[in-house]
Amino acid sequence: MTRAPSVLARTFTTPLLLIALLAAIAVLFFLFGSGAQQRFVVEMLIRVVLVVGIWIFVGNSGIISFGHVGFMCLAAYATAWLTIPPMLKQISLRGLPDFLLTNQFPFWPSAFAAALLPAIFALIIGPILMRLAGIAASIATFAMLAVINTVYSNWSSVTGGTSSIVGIPTHTTLWVALGFSAVAIVIAWLYAISRSGLALRAARDEPIAAQASGVNIERERLIAFVLSAFVCGAAGVLYAHFLGIITPDAFFLTATFVALSMLVVGGMYSLSGAVIGVVVISTIIQILRWLERGVPLGDVTVALPNGSQQIAIGAVMIMILLFRPAGLMGNRELRLSFRRGPQPAPDREVRGKPE
Amino acid sequence: MTATLQILFDALSLGSLYALGALGIALIFGVMRLVNFAHGDYIAFSVFVLLWPTTEAVSILLLGQLPPILLIPVVIAIGALLSMASEVTVFRRLREANPATMMIASFALGFVIKHALLMAYSSRPKSISILPGLAQQVEVMGARIPLLQVVTILATIVILLALTAFLKRTRFGLEMRAAAQDFTMARMLGVKANRVILLAFAISGALAGAIGLVVVVQTGTADINMGLSVMLVAFIATVIGGLGSLYGAVVAGFLIGGASVLMQVILPLEARPFRDAFVYALVIAVLIWRPQGLFAPRSSRQRV
Repeated sequence: MTRAPSVLARTFTTPLLLIALLAAIAVLFFLFGSGAQQRFVVEMLIRVVLVVGIWIFVGNSGIISFGHVGFMCLAAYATAWLTIPPMLKQISLRGLPDFLLTNQFPFWPSAFAAALLPAIFALIIGPILMRLAGIAASIATFAMLAVINTVYSNWSSVTGGTSSIVGIPTHTTLWVALGFSAVAIVIAWLYAISRSGLALRAARDEPIAAQASGVNIERERLIAFVLSAFVCGAAGVLYAHFLGIITPDAFFLTATFVALSMLVVGGMYSLSGAVIGVVVISTIIQILRWLERGVPLGDVTVALPNGSQQIAIGAVMIMILLFRPAGLMGNRELRLSFRRGPQPAPDREVRGKPE
Repeated sequence: MTATLQILFDALSLGSLYALGALGIALIFGVMRLVNFAHGDYIAFSVFVLLWPTTEAVSILLLGQLPPILLIPVVIAIGALLSMASEVTVFRRLREANPATMMIASFALGFVIKHALLMAYSSRPKSISILPGLAQQVEVMGARIPLLQVVTILATIVILLALTAFLKRTRFGLEMRAAAQDFTMARMLGVKANRVILLAFAISGALAGAIGLVVVVQTGTADINMGLSVMLVAFIATVIGGLGSLYGAVVAGFLIGGASVLMQVILPLEARPFRDAFVYALVIAVLIWRPQGLFAPRSSRQRV
């Protein structure tokens, strides 16, 4: 009897395929797309980082988190504090500590430090939140988001309050965004096949059996929570250095729901689902925007009425969920397999059980 | 004394709104494990039908012209109809789906309703005055209280009593309570799933209509996001109260209303802008203390 291939060998095609897909889109638009279209791809790649970050926690633990956009907020402001020229900071952010106020740090170290901040925050608040399960945990993460938003909207001396912070140097090019999303996908994949990821998924599907087998659920959840906070923080860094301008409200309910919708439409229990969800929904949004602006058909321009774009997005999402309640990927991963023989059974579809 | 009374009325009237909202969310969660994020948009919708659809800044009353005796039931009925329509078109087909899927579908539905309203009415808040008689103040034991607050509190009490009577005394109520406790078992004993769920949606939507009326009289404006804050707090109240417990949802609604008003009073001036942060931190604390909620029904515990 031959040995079963290692989990690494069985699954490494998933991240490769996903990264290849994103790279193909990026290259295609780099070669043939207009400036506006390239910006659309960058936006999409930032969302990939965010949603993959959310997936690390939500997909493996099964707990819907409304709080992860808050991590994006923490990192975006942190990188703004580090990289805005001191002159600007002394005008608008006078409450900052001296070493931030008088210095300007380069992009890469700032980016890393800024993404680390939400991870540290998650490490502190996580042990409290991770004791909760199911919907109570979701509400607690929402409360965390609301606390972050309230604090950042009102702590004017260091965040500028509800008005926006400007002057963040723009570093997020197409290739930087692609690099970040590739790293995010690799981190997510490595976590998913790690001992902790496996234990967490076991706890997601059968909490009592997992506990009986010695899984420390709170600990595994915390590991996933901290790691996903780091990746979501990276998305925040990208976002801040893409637009060059941030406000607290960019990191609140709308962003949360857009990200969660992409995750669920793609299929919340698979990494491929997270990536495909972002690509599909972003593409639909872009096509509808384009239709709303008007499509020339011969002599006449056909355009959807103003505002119908969002209605259509909502309707399309509902349709997808009606026909594929488990998401587009249906909890399976994109995978190539090189050898014949018995295939590993796809993850059992997880039906929601009332808590 | 008068100041205390004022605070008490503020707390009770805000709590009433949250309690009605929480009840609307808890009813639906009870029968089908759906966290309905479209609820806030039901509230906005039932208010906007008072106006003619126009994107101009002016606001012309449509249903708002009706005399109060017709206006109130009509708005409530519209809330109920919208809610029932969403169950028939969307949620009925998702009954077997994962709660996360249902939740995102409800969010998408709310998104559609909201942007349909935006298309018809534009995003500008519109001033609207209906039931102007409620704006005056009355004197209660020396304190001047807006009549609306008194009416809100009284109306909430009447609604809660009527709903309790309905749930405890009628056949439909019995079916609904049974379904909320154990849906599968209730169906096996002859409860018709479609009927009970549709009824839950109808009551929930009617409550949304009632909330809409109170908010619009209170603020005098119709705003597209007017239902959002009530819905979010109501959602939290439902969980704190113990999912599946209607009684718990109502009590938690009043508690959160009371806590918000109280924090506004007792927090030092410089901390007041951060009030919501304190309220939500309190929410986390309560959840840590009682993860199942304050009044969790026994059926919500997991059996091994």
